[in-house]
Amino acid sequence: MSAPRLELRQLRKRFDGLDVLADISLTVRPGEFVSILGPSGCGKSTIFKLLTGALQTDGGEVLFDGTPLEDGRRPFAFMPQRDALMPWRRIIDNTTLGLEVQGLSRSQAREKVAPLFAEFGLDGFERHYPAQLSGGMRQRAALLRTVVQQRDMLLLDEPFSALDALTRAGMQRWLQAMWERHRWTALLITHDVREAVFLSDRIYVLTERPARVLDEITVSLPHPRTDLASPEASAIEARLLQTLLNPQP
Amino acid sequence: MSTSRTRAGVFAPVFSKIAPALLSVGTLVVAWELYARFSGISAIMLPAPSRVIGQALEHRQALFDNTLPTIRATVFGFGCSLTAAFVFSVLVDFSGRLRRALFPVFIISQTLPLVAIAPLVVLWFGFGLAPKIMLVALVTFFPMLVALVQGYAATDDDIQSLLASMGASRVRVFLLARLPSSLPYFFAGLRISITYAVVGAIFAEYAGAAKGLGIYILNAKNNFRPGLVLAAVLVCATLTLVLFGITVLIQRVAMPWERLDQGRRR
Repeated sequence: MSAPRLELRQLRKRFDGLDVLADISLTVRPGEFVSILGPSGCGKSTIFKLLTGALQTDGGEVLFDGTPLEDGRRPFAFMPQRDALMPWRRIIDNTTLGLEVQGLSRSQAREKVAPLFAEFGLDGFERHYPAQLSGGMRQRAALLRTVVQQRDMLLLDEPFSALDALTRAGMQRWLQAMWERHRWTALLITHDVREAVFLSDRIYVLTERPARVLDEITVSLPHPRTDLASPEASAIEARLLQTLLNPQP
Repeated sequence: MSTSRTRAGVFAPVFSKIAPALLSVGTLVVAWELYARFSGISAIMLPAPSRVIGQALEHRQALFDNTLPTIRATVFGFGCSLTAAFVFSVLVDFSGRLRRALFPVFIISQTLPLVAIAPLVVLWFGFGLAPKIMLVALVTFFPMLVALVQGYAATDDDIQSLLASMGASRVRVFLLARLPSSLPYFFAGLRISITYAVVGAIFAEYAGAAKGLGIYILNAKNNFRPGLVLAAVLVCATLTLVLFGITVLIQRVAMPWERLDQGRRR
């Protein structure tokens, strides 16, 4: 078993005297796809805000490759819940955003991103504005913007929650296929049980606020996972639902 | 897939859009014409539109000579005001303390009655261009500043936290997100302010000037020439509409993505 890439130790966060995160400990190993599953409003997104430096922790440790995550170090590429594409930038210029912030010139950044458009199903849409794209395509553009930053790890915050059910199912399949190929180290926040089972190697189940880890489940189904109706998948799904709906402290 | 449409396809909907406006304006002008002709009212009291246009044509050289200074005052004054509004909007966006210090001053500047201020400014700075620029700026600065500040504040939080997660500095966030986000507000402010700017320039001239539509109106009024007053008003209105149209055109060029929301891909 390889050393963890990311390790959270007893992470705590309070807002105005209200405990949001009570005790979050989890690990993500290199090349692993881990999900955080929890009820809406339990503070899942707060974990990402602590990781990206938008918020400060009130206790606990964040270790990245075994060393504390100091300020200024940015090993994460973050994909927000809504696509957050800039309506005034063409798709290609939206996807280069992270590279431009890193200091690349616009043309250098474009050169780097352009070859990836076909793989992300965006071929021919480079010069379009976000308003001209469907929800699924916008989400793929947002993921492209995330992965081209070439960070050590992806943070995906409910990336498909705003999509309709059919598009979401298509995007989950697509993301799985992409992950098979690239084996990104990824941490996914979701409240969709099936999505978690479909995509993850391991799943952490959180309680209601104040959030703590209720259960950790390893999903040892083989990839690619096309058969979600298999007895193993159904059993894991049932167990997750049971844990979420009847939390035993 | 092509986003551009054919020329005929562009102009037909434009015409159907402006037809109601043409109709309502036309109705008003015809009603005015009929009333002036058949109610027996004296042309000294209310000249008919046809007479106003006739007088405008007759005095076109004088009108033209007096329009140029007004345009100059409007454009320079508005240019100064825009520059100042932009600089101050950036300053108050970066410093809350500066914002709390300056906003009361700006708000007070908006409470000053132009009728009282205009003659004073002319008294202090003479009959030249300077007092006109100042008065135009006084009228248009605050609406532009408010529009910009509101525009920055309207920036999508998701976009800003995304940029922060990428390691963007406050200045980068401003340039990449806050500034472009303010564009719709900026243009809304621009459309309102440009109409104020013309009024401001004319008022400044009214308070004292060698040349300009404002002083022309004043002289025409004192000579009991309502036809000439209205002819000058017609020129003012045309000038304002042209400037308004220019801002709309600039917005179209500057924000090509804006119209996509309506004309989404089929």
